[in-house]
Amino acid sequence: MFLSETYRKIAADGIWNNNIVFGQNLALCPLLAVTGTATNGLGMGLATLVVIIASNGLISVTRHLIPSEIRIPIFVLLIAALVTLVDILMNAWAHELYKVLGLFIALIVTNCALLGRAEAFASKQPVKHALWDGLMMGLGFLIVLVALGAAREISASGTLFANASVLLGESFRFLEVTVIPNYKGFLLMALPPGGFIMLAFLIVGKRLIDQKIAERKARKVSVTVLTPAIAEEES
Amino acid sequence: MKLDPATIERLKAKIAVYREFLKNWLEPSNLAQLRPKLEFQTGILAGFALIASVLLGVTNCSTEGTIQRRLDEDLKKSLEEVVPSTLYDNDMLQDTMTLLSAEYNIGTDETTVYIAKKSGNVSAVCFKLTAPDGYSGAINMIMGIDRDGNILGVRVLSHKETPGLGDKIEVAKSDWILKFTGRSLDNLAPAKWAVKKDGGEFDQFAGATITPRKSVQAIYRGLQLFKAHQDPLINP
Repeated sequence: MFLSETYRKIAADGIWNNNIVFGQNLALCPLLAVTGTATNGLGMGLATLVVIIASNGLISVTRHLIPSEIRIPIFVLLIAALVTLVDILMNAWAHELYKVLGLFIALIVTNCALLGRAEAFASKQPVKHALWDGLMMGLGFLIVLVALGAAREISASGTLFANASVLLGESFRFLEVTVIPNYKGFLLMALPPGGFIMLAFLIVGKRLIDQKIAERKARKVSVTVLTPAIAEEES
Repeated sequence: MKLDPATIERLKAKIAVYREFLKNWLEPSNLAQLRPKLEFQTGILAGFALIASVLLGVTNCSTEGTIQRRLDEDLKKSLEEVVPSTLYDNDMLQDTMTLLSAEYNIGTDETTVYIAKKSGNVSAVCFKLTAPDGYSGAINMIMGIDRDGNILGVRVLSHKETPGLGDKIEVAKSDWILKFTGRSLDNLAPAKWAVKKDGGEFDQFAGATITPRKSVQAIYRGLQLFKAHQDPLINP
């Protein structure tokens, strides 16, 4: 097996079971603010991914140094410093990207998911696990951001990944698709209420899938219980 | 400088002692003992704060120049959009004049005017202006005016107007903002500097009147600022 049991469990938790948005219902502020388009969601997701891996790693490395009485101020300090670093470095070295995302980088500080992961996971786990958890939680968040952004963008303006080439460079122009040509537009979806509505639909979808999985599991269990009984009868 | 072998040995031994001490100190069991102590907590918080501030300070200082260059490039790009390149051969970022603009209500008390010169003669000026009273916040614009007071171009740099309604002031969304080109205080009466709903010359948008109304008014005030300083600006 490529990954051990622990790593697989962390991955499943981060991406699906305990997903930042679907499982923990955290980070709704940046989520609803930026997901007007899939491209913005992607950008925010990537920025958050980098910061959450770094913050998880940093906090895990220093976890024995941090007394539990003052852990919150230290976590906040570390996360704020990290976000500011990313903000400054991006402004200097990825300026075009910064012009698109600059507004959102500062929003990462308000992302309680980072503090949540620091508190619930990174401060208690070895560095390898913490980094992996950061990666998986970040990926889970990225997927939700892109999914919500795409759903809102398609319903609001009929396009997908508009302006992706500004964010990722010319070679990613192929991502820009007009899904519904001559679409009149549905403004509500581009506005914050549309974010709430679409998020509700996505959460319902996730719950339905979970329900299906649980049903299937239950059926499998009942089958395994029955089989020995049938076998006995036959003999 | 050359050290004799004895000194090197002594230094090595010393470093080994420090290393040993640090290693023991960083042992989880030792740290677990220290953590409840108030002195340790104070020191750790201060230490984290110190490291964070040093890191941020160093990064800020080392990237300041780069960020300023990037911002200059941005500004240059916006200047080029509102002043045709045939009109100047100087570096507008270096040729500036500062005007007091508090009474014109265009966002700032002092406005930096970038002056375009062709072979030494002023051909146009360009400055940023803000409609502080947009529908959901300030609308930041940049405007180029030729030496006779005709608008060469206006562009919106940033705004917070409603997507899909008010954002038609962006040139990427509609050509509304291009209608200002060629207008001046002389060829359009003051009452006409308004949206059509208010009896003026410029279109409003379906579902968004405040955004274009306030933009027109800010542009009008910007032109008045230019008119008040026209002489010193074009005859330096």
